[in-house]
Amino acid sequence: MRTSRREFLQASGALAVCFAMPACAQQAVSATGGRAILGNRLLINASGTIELLLGKVEFGQGIGTAIAQIAAEELDVNFDRIQLVTVDTNRSPDEFYTFSSISIQQSGPPTRRAAAAARQFLLQRAAEQLNVTADTLTVLDGEIYAAGKPTKLSYWHLIGAENIDIDISADQAVKAVDEYSIVGESYQRIDIPGKVFGAVSYLQDLRLPEMVHARVVRPPAERAQIESMDASAVERLPGVLKVIRDGDFLAVVAEREGQARDAARALRASVAWQLAGDMPDERAIYDWLKTADSRAEPVASKSPDSNQRKTTATVTASYQRPYQAHASMSPSAAIAQFDGKQMTVWSHAQGMYPLRTGIAHVLNLEVENVRCMHHEAAGCYGHNGADDAACDAAAIAMHYPGKPVRLQWERADEMTWEPYGAAMHIEVEADVDEAGDVAAWRYDLWSCPHSSRPRNPEAAGNMIYARLRADPLPLPPVHSIPQPNGGADRNGVPLYAFEAMEVTKHLVTDVPIRVSALRGLGAYANVFAIESFMDELALRADVDPMDYRLRQLEDERAIALLERLAETTGWYRRPTGNIGDGWGLGFARFKNRSSYMGIVMRVAVDPASGAIKLRQAHAICDAGLVINPDGVKAQIEGGIIQSSSWTLKEQIRFSTESKQSIDWASYPILRFDEIPDVEVALMQRDDQPSLGVGETAQGPTAAAIANAVFAATGQRLRRLPLVPRPA
Amino acid sequence: MKFRLNGKEVSVDVEPQTPLLEVLRNDVALNGPKFGCGLAQCGACAVLLDGVSVRACVLPMQSIAGKDITTLEGLGSATQPHALQAAFIAEQALQCGYCASGVITTAAAFLEQNPAPTDDEIKQALSRHLCRCGAQPRMVRAVARAAKQLAGAGS
Repeated sequence: MRTSRREFLQASGALAVCFAMPACAQQAVSATGGRAILGNRLLINASGTIELLLGKVEFGQGIGTAIAQIAAEELDVNFDRIQLVTVDTNRSPDEFYTFSSISIQQSGPPTRRAAAAARQFLLQRAAEQLNVTADTLTVLDGEIYAAGKPTKLSYWHLIGAENIDIDISADQAVKAVDEYSIVGESYQRIDIPGKVFGAVSYLQDLRLPEMVHARVVRPPAERAQIESMDASAVERLPGVLKVIRDGDFLAVVAEREGQARDAARALRASVAWQLAGDMPDERAIYDWLKTADSRAEPVASKSPDSNQRKTTATVTASYQRPYQAHASMSPSAAIAQFDGKQMTVWSHAQGMYPLRTGIAHVLNLEVENVRCMHHEAAGCYGHNGADDAACDAAAIAMHYPGKPVRLQWERADEMTWEPYGAAMHIEVEADVDEAGDVAAWRYDLWSCPHSSRPRNPEAAGNMIYARLRADPLPLPPVHSIPQPNGGADRNGVPLYAFEAMEVTKHLVTDVPIRVSALRGLGAYANVFAIESFMDELALRADVDPMDYRLRQLEDERAIALLERLAETTGWYRRPTGNIGDGWGLGFARFKNRSSYMGIVMRVAVDPASGAIKLRQAHAICDAGLVINPDGVKAQIEGGIIQSSSWTLKEQIRFSTESKQSIDWASYPILRFDEIPDVEVALMQRDDQPSLGVGETAQGPTAAAIANAVFAATGQRLRRLPLVPRPA
Repeated sequence: MKFRLNGKEVSVDVEPQTPLLEVLRNDVALNGPKFGCGLAQCGACAVLLDGVSVRACVLPMQSIAGKDITTLEGLGSATQPHALQAAFIAEQALQCGYCASGVITTAAAFLEQNPAPTDDEIKQALSRHLCRCGAQPRMVRAVARAAKQLAGAGS
């Protein structure tokens, strides 16, 4: 009956990658009362509570609440019995990173099976005690009913004082969708009350006994080096416990946070830096992308089976996207404590298991001696500074062992050292037939990579500390995420049924500016380019942009979604020819295999200034079976607003010497008085598997805005952020 | 140094230049006001100083001696929520929520001045608060809901 954690996880078949196995969950369980343990995912306590060990981390996207709904549904217990346990490498399932909008797809099935197995096991036990067959029993909030009548049994009685550890088979039966009463309902998020009442909700709220405070002092540019320094005066400042110099890695530890901040300021002033001055010229960044060292990787290639259609013209255009920042509201922070052997790290990074591997490798510790625990911080939208801050804190803790060291990055640390979303240059060319439809499509994109996550020992060298310290780890080779997900080429292949297609990724291998995964990766720029170009082609063909798309689509879900979008927005009755007022359309299926999203954006453009005012966004999403409709809508609304901000405002500024976007004044984002009204509707697709929605809005929104600006002004803007010329 | 915090007298022994935010978070151990930029740009640290929304990250302690400070925690609690806190839950008006304390605090002062605002007035009142998750439409709805609730309770 008993199974190892490894067998359980393999049997569940839901994990993408597994570097290391969590220790036995029992270690972390209190000894009071019995409980049934299901692998390392669910703990049902005889006291009537259920602990659900998350494999994915919460950062405001609502994953915890959705996974809790799945567990409560299969267990037939009230939703509020579920207590979420955030990821801890000592006990939680290893689900690698919380990324790529696949949390429901990866965590849902094993959670469902674990909960169903628990229910089945306990019902079997009840059936034996009641001397009936299990199929005559039902459950209401853990209470057992026989032939519809209450019994004296409940889950909690059935567990009693025992410690039960049961196994789960890969073919564990689960509920049918039409039996759902909790899944599919908009349960309120579990984490919100604590956040609005000021409970301990974030990593920043952890105050450990004897905790001391640290700051890092970063070089003014990625490849700058210390020329000279004199930290002797800094060491004598009040409260300073340690000044750390390890190569070009500088940090201070002090008793109070303000003392650490003052010491960091003094330390910064004590250093003379040698600047490399080798960053590309921002004004020529897209030329640089095309001429820098790169390797061409074919992404898609398709030729017609039979006679080629006669083409009457070839149309070309190019599109560009600048470096853009995650720009989380909370600059990265971490706490680390080193006792001479064990390293404990509290972090808001997206993957505790890969973080543990990375830190162990960088600091030359045994993986078993590193424990990483997740605590939420502000939304990250991808790979921001969280991993780097955790590694910094662990390195500082090794220099200052004993007490917990809390490292807080300053705003400028985050803005200038987080790995940005990579700049991209895209060239697209279409041969069109007599009707104006695409007969052949050629698409080339140039970009630095879109992931430098410290995902394994080899990639651990991507962490800032590993690069700056006295004996730096070699910078890992650039990582190209292959199709079907793709990195720079994510959504680089149009979903349209073009007969001939050549898509090529030119992966730039010289990476002078740190870059990594930002919400959607290449999908943001690729969908912007494809959907802008489709509008340009529709105009050329003198066909409505909606019809032009519909007639070149074969995917039935895509067609149904666009038809519904046209109907609900009154697309075909939209006012046209109004100077300064325009509607634009954008559409994509994220990764060509996740959720579908279509959006109509209405904008007003001030003819005198060229200022774009977003008026109304109306989106429709098909995400298959939806666990929590309001949660899905919230993700899409947020995605629309964030993409609007990227599209209208955001661009990292830099000189050949250093980055110039250091705060919110030099990196402005969309403000309350600039947001559009947003409405999101969902397609009813309960018969289809659940699909992620976290990144689905980014690309379509950008294209919808550009297309709306064109409708309003006649100006086709192909470079992000969009800046119309005054009329 | 003495000041009133959420209706209670508080005394702390800190340097006069210490920012109020550091005292609130590290000495008094409040979680509401957040460190976001330290530059008075983002609004995550906003608290009320004698009823006016201010940025605690740049406010030195010497300037608040004897003054009245209200944070998120002082507005209400789980058992006695402020109308805004209840509305933020009802509208599920935040994603990560890191900006929410500042937004709610500023909105509380705003509703005192303008008990029946339009959506545009709410957006204007919150325009110095940044939200990176894009929860602004929900937050505007929540503030409008709270205004209605407060108006109903007062009549």
